[in-house]
Amino acid sequence: MSESVAQGEHTGGMAGVAADWSSDQRAFKGVPWHKAMMWIFLLSDTFIFSCFLISYMEVRSTTTAVWPSSSEVFALTIMGNSIPLVLIAIMTFILITSSGTMAMAVRFGYQKNKNMTAFLLIVTALLGLSFVGMQAFEWTKLIVEEGVRPWGNPMGAPQFGSTFFMVTGFHGFHVSVGVIFLVITAVKVMRGSYDNERPGFMTGRKGSYQFVETMGLYWHFVDLVWVFIFAFFYLW
Amino acid sequence: MAQVEGQQHPISIYFWVWGLLFVLSAGSYMVDYLQVQGYLRWTLIIIFMLLKAGFITAIFMHMIWERLAMTLAILVPTGVLLAFIALMSLEGDYTNITRETFFAPAPHVAVEHTVSH
Repeated sequence: MSESVAQGEHTGGMAGVAADWSSDQRAFKGVPWHKAMMWIFLLSDTFIFSCFLISYMEVRSTTTAVWPSSSEVFALTIMGNSIPLVLIAIMTFILITSSGTMAMAVRFGYQKNKNMTAFLLIVTALLGLSFVGMQAFEWTKLIVEEGVRPWGNPMGAPQFGSTFFMVTGFHGFHVSVGVIFLVITAVKVMRGSYDNERPGFMTGRKGSYQFVETMGLYWHFVDLVWVFIFAFFYLW
Repeated sequence: MAQVEGQQHPISIYFWVWGLLFVLSAGSYMVDYLQVQGYLRWTLIIIFMLLKAGFITAIFMHMIWERLAMTLAILVPTGVLLAFIALMSLEGDYTNITRETFFAPAPHVAVEHTVSH
């Protein structure tokens, strides 16, 4: 990592930006490649989710039919009381909690605390799994009981179903993939791959606890996307 | 193995942000629970959303500790999306007006729609 301490490392502000980008070397100094690449992947993922949310905005603002009230559609009856959006609120708190445990896993990783890192990664994965489980419950209720389909629903604008399944389905897919990679990362931590700098699957690059941070970036992004879905789809 | 690597921050900052995200989420949920409507509702939703997104990106994803060259490479392209949103919003209004003028299925539906916005 000695090349990461190149010229421009100690220059701040816009002068530093100019120095970094014009140095005819690597632009992202002190950032491991996998982390820079994860950020750029997340940027492209931002564009994909933005396209979904913008198309949702477009169909919702152009339709002449009544848009179903998400507050009522996603209400759950618990002990005789109908509570609006209660499942979605619980899912939100679960995802935020999983983001918190992920951030702490990254921190313990840099301290080379193997057991705490693996434990927190597994907790994060379990929280993610419970999120996907609740989403499956929500989809089942919507499809079986409320009769929502991608091409129509009894409550109003037919586009409600297509945008809902598209946006939350793509997000749920991201969460599921994240859970798989959290388990893989936890296994790698437990068997000491990052302590021994053991190369990973199909790569000659040495293992390092920085991979936990890169994993964390993806997981926090999944939480970040949910913030926007929660605001625009469920609350708006 | 002796090199100082990665991001080392006190664990308390993560607990603080975690708590803050809980409070902000509770706030945005209360907007719906208390049935706040109209411009106040939309303003509150956007404020809570941007604060949550900001704290996740800045602290959990360590954005404020990255070099500016990295931060700008991620945030400037994202900012361009605002122009996209603005364009599509204008386009959406125009399409909606056209549809309500020329082929709204029944007048009362169009009226209900206008009220609900």
